Amino acid sequence: MSYLELNNLTKRYGAAVAVEDLTLSIKKGEFVSLLGPSGCGKTTTLQMIAGFVEPTAGSIVLDGKDMNRIPANKRGLGIVFQNYALFPHMTAAQNVAFGLEMQGVKKAECQDRVADALKLVGLAHLADRFPARMSGGQQQRVALARALVIKPSVLLLDEPLSNLDAKLREEMQLELRSIQRTVGTTTILVTHDQSEALALSDRIVVMNHGRVEQIAEPHAAYEGPASEFVGGFLGKANLFEIKPGSRDGKPCAMIGEAAVILHEVDMPRGKVIVRPEKILFGEQSPSALPGTMKTRVFQGNHWLCQVQTSVGEILVIRQNDGTTIPAEGSPVHLHWGAKDMRAVGSSAAHAS
Amino acid sequence: MTATSRAPWLLSTPALVIYLAFMIAPLASVFLISFFNFEFYGGIQVSFTLKNYIEILSEGYFYEIYARTFGVAMVVTLACVVLGTAEAYVLSRMSNPWKGLFLMIVLGPLLISVVVRTLGWALLFGSTGLISQALQALGLASGPVSLMYTNTGVAIALTHVMVPFMVISVWASLQRINPSTEAAALSLGASQFTVIRRVIVPQVMPGILSGSIMVFALSASAFATPSIVGGRRLKNVPTAAYDEFLNTLNWPLGAALAVLLLIATVVVLISANRLIERRYGAVFN
Repeated sequence: MSYLELNNLTKRYGAAVAVEDLTLSIKKGEFVSLLGPSGCGKTTTLQMIAGFVEPTAGSIVLDGKDMNRIPANKRGLGIVFQNYALFPHMTAAQNVAFGLEMQGVKKAECQDRVADALKLVGLAHLADRFPARMSGGQQQRVALARALVIKPSVLLLDEPLSNLDAKLREEMQLELRSIQRTVGTTTILVTHDQSEALALSDRIVVMNHGRVEQIAEPHAAYEGPASEFVGGFLGKANLFEIKPGSRDGKPCAMIGEAAVILHEVDMPRGKVIVRPEKILFGEQSPSALPGTMKTRVFQGNHWLCQVQTSVGEILVIRQNDGTTIPAEGSPVHLHWGAKDMRAVGSSAAHAS
Repeated sequence: MTATSRAPWLLSTPALVIYLAFMIAPLASVFLISFFNFEFYGGIQVSFTLKNYIEILSEGYFYEIYARTFGVAMVVTLACVVLGTAEAYVLSRMSNPWKGLFLMIVLGPLLISVVVRTLGWALLFGSTGLISQALQALGLASGPVSLMYTNTGVAIALTHVMVPFMVISVWASLQRINPSTEAAALSLGASQFTVIRRVIVPQVMPGILSGSIMVFALSASAFATPSIVGGRRLKNVPTAAYDEFLNTLNWPLGAALAVLLLIATVVVLISANRLIERRYGAVFN
């Protein structure tokens, strides 16, 4: 049962393509992220949904209604902008009340709803403060309250957390998710931050050069990237060229000196990615890839290691669980299982 | 005193000297002269008398002049607020080649000599001028209409000169507005008109205020336009002061007129400033 449907949505500026043939269907109450590098068309997509940019082709259908002819100020969507876009001449409460005033909500009801919205984002005590005298995180919350108070059919978030510092960003991620769960508003988040998309979304739409690379749940997209691009963009990845081979009569995948026995796994074709946290340091063996520890960086809860091997530099992430990590310059042997190798065909297999 | 603490004073000395010589000194002497005595046969006499101020404050003739001066300045300021703000907003929404071109056109009046420009208006305003002919041709006037020697004519000509100052001032404020506030207001259901009224105008209030201060002060002290379009009969304070100085040679009375104009202008501007800053305090940070 889809609530918001984007059908073959396309936006071109002259010859330049911003968004090409985007089709996406979103369920009511779902949290979907549009993820990609800058210039991938994610923001243009959001602006088309919001009504600020007119699509070149395709349609946007919200709850059975075609939105193409409806102007931005009649769509009833809640939008949180990257720079918050609070009205600097209004207090927090006045900012939140603005949308309700536009709807002609009665004064008493308006006050109640503004108070509720500010309470929801934990800012009830700052109702009379002007934006200039608030921190980035507080302004962010006011912007969220302002968008939510009008009970929008869809909440659009345009890189809402990118201006916050790292610690605050993580806090806001958790809070945003719990608020969205509480109010149950269908939400579309635009972000270039893969960890934000992974943390918040029910589904992720990975975009590149105006095209959809993959639509999947966060875990599925991370573990089974549909393309080399998705693999590299969603987290860190080692990319290997593999050759089919055999060891002791069993089929195996050859990566440099390592022959990884496939067991029940099918022989992957083309390139594979192996996530750095799936690689272990171990003893010398025919299935291990030998190399030299080039650098290791301590990052608190994990170690980030670069290992020089015959197939190039390999990234390994080891949890800081008390085991010793080989010193820089010492020989190491890298192990991973057949299941940790994910084929990423250059022809992107679009899953939806 | 160390060298570094002396440096700012040394560096600002040239500016301070010019300021003292050409601003403070003349102002102070005008202020002094306004207390001197003047006799029709004896000329100016160095003394201390409040006679000039008493004369101005007790004669209806001068009240009329002050009322006309500030009335016209007020009307010009309001007209400039409306026209200049709208112009600046439209300009800011234009795309690039046109933006620069139209900004040049708007600033055009500043590039022409004030006398030439005002004489141009005089041609249009006369009873056989273009405006009069056009009004008659359209059937809006039964006979010839002359705007020469009227307050309306003075206000129109002054507005034409002053609008660029307002446009520049509001333009500077508009550049500082976060454009997504407009998008945010639209997404919250506001109409384009409401966006301008509730979101844009309050945010450019500092620009409107500083523009108004400039326009009001310049209009109240304008000389060329009121003397050409207003003529000899329709005096404002600067032309009246000019006449006292150069025709009657009653310098003390002219100086007193000028001092009262300065004081009144400062009082009006400071109170307007207070009022608006209190109303729109949040955007003035």
